[in-house]
Amino acid sequence: MTYAPLIGVAVVVAGFAWKRNPVLVVVLAGIASGLAAGKAPGELLAMLGKGFVANRSLMLFAVTFPVIGVLERAGLRERARAWIAGFARLTLARLLIVYLAARQIVSALGLTHIAGQPQTVRPLLAPMSEATAARANGALSAGERDRVRALAAATDNIGLFFGEDIFLAFGAVLLIKGFYDTQGLAIDPTRISRWAIPTALAAFVIHAARIAWFARRRRDRSGGGPC
Amino acid sequence: MLTLSHVYVALGAVFFAAAIFNLRERRWAAAGFWAILGLAFVTGDAILAADKAGEAWPAQAMGLGVIALAVLAALSARARARRPPAAEPEAVIAGRERSAARLGNWLFVPALAIPGGMIAIVLVAPALAWRGQPVIEPSQLALIALGVAAVIALIAALALTRSRPMHGLAEARRLLDTIGWAVILPMMLATLGAVFKDTHVGDAIARLVGAVIPTDNRAACIVAYGVGMIVFTIIMGNAFAAFPVMTAGIGLPLLVGVHHADPAALGAIGMLTGYCGTLVTPMAANFNIVPVLLLELDSEYSVIRQQWPTAVVLAVFNVILMIAVL
Repeated sequence: MTYAPLIGVAVVVAGFAWKRNPVLVVVLAGIASGLAAGKAPGELLAMLGKGFVANRSLMLFAVTFPVIGVLERAGLRERARAWIAGFARLTLARLLIVYLAARQIVSALGLTHIAGQPQTVRPLLAPMSEATAARANGALSAGERDRVRALAAATDNIGLFFGEDIFLAFGAVLLIKGFYDTQGLAIDPTRISRWAIPTALAAFVIHAARIAWFARRRRDRSGGGPC
Repeated sequence: MLTLSHVYVALGAVFFAAAIFNLRERRWAAAGFWAILGLAFVTGDAILAADKAGEAWPAQAMGLGVIALAVLAALSARARARRPPAAEPEAVIAGRERSAARLGNWLFVPALAIPGGMIAIVLVAPALAWRGQPVIEPSQLALIALGVAAVIALIAALALTRSRPMHGLAEARRLLDTIGWAVILPMMLATLGAVFKDTHVGDAIARLVGAVIPTDNRAACIVAYGVGMIVFTIIMGNAFAAFPVMTAGIGLPLLVGVHHADPAALGAIGMLTGYCGTLVTPMAANFNIVPVLLLELDSEYSVIRQQWPTAVVLAVFNVILMIAVL
């Protein structure tokens, strides 16, 4: 075994530094590592092709695109904004913290695909967040609007990441167990998922505090009412 | 029996439709990109089956397709930078407002039919059988349920909005072109992970890290493990690729072997420390770049900017937790 295949890691870092298209960089990195390890071109091509189609499940989120697209054209985002504005006491912080908790709990039950950036954040959570933020402080500037939308996206990611590992049959728990199996260590998967709970709770507390802080800073800046 | 293959073929058809729409508008790079991706989804199972049977050429042809996808991704990104999509006309926006006012909360029904349908299918499917066979393949139930629920929701949405099925494809294409190349980055990174595994990149990294840390200091090993998980996750765009490398390199030989750590706790907290890396890397495109495009944000780093403080505090928490309990 040699250090030569590490060239692939160097290619990723260099591509990153020079801001090249990541897809192109990643494929070049694979080719570089393969050639450095002495793989024949035919073998390397087969490796790329097989690896790509074996991971198709990573793109399944796109099955929701036709229905989300049709609903958006019919005004789903506009309706989400108007509907949430009807709840007089709902603030940006409350909306996002409740969403964070719900996303973590539902992911912990194994339903990770139930929400996500294309299916819930873009059509529902982002417009609702904007509506609650605008109600508290008046119209949002473009920069503020972007920050509110980005916080909604971040809240979905964090809820997903730190909920899913509690679910037994989730990929991460199975991957950890499978890895230990290959190393000759038999581990009870329920113990793995139980050890994900402290971090899940910490993630909720940290991010909920940051959401509250974000909302408060906006209120202080604009000098408006409760946010 | 309904399997994941059916869902893949349906999704492949959506990609082919996106290719045809782009072809008609003479956007060659985008058309080629979606056509190859559609082909990968439709023929994927045949490729894997042929590979298992010892026939290498279909996988090799797909390998060429992967390289072509990468080139087309770069080209279509450049074409789009030169020819940015036009702003929406006022009439379209006004039309959406009118439609939203007319349909009201009914608009939420098809949107909620995706999660609702998914839960119903996951709960009911184990009881469904036809001629002694389960109707839905049990091992992939959640993913197949997502596909079926999406189809049901689409039918409901088309009926509600009185749209034709062609509108569904046109709208899917609009969303796909909004995301563009970022849509395949996760698959490409998983492919790179497979290549790295076959070429033993992980072993080399683990040996390098093992050579530079003071192995008799327990806390130093834990910090090295946590930082290693984060850094490698940032490079690979996901913690699943980093976990076997760091755990085989540092976790098992040093923390479990020398310092008697509990492997279950090590695995769980180590993986979640890697997730903190996922929150800060643009390589995790489906989480950090796709929303930037979907929400039409200003900077590539907009979402990461909202995530990094949570990621840093949580990573510190995780390392302290590991030092306390391992």
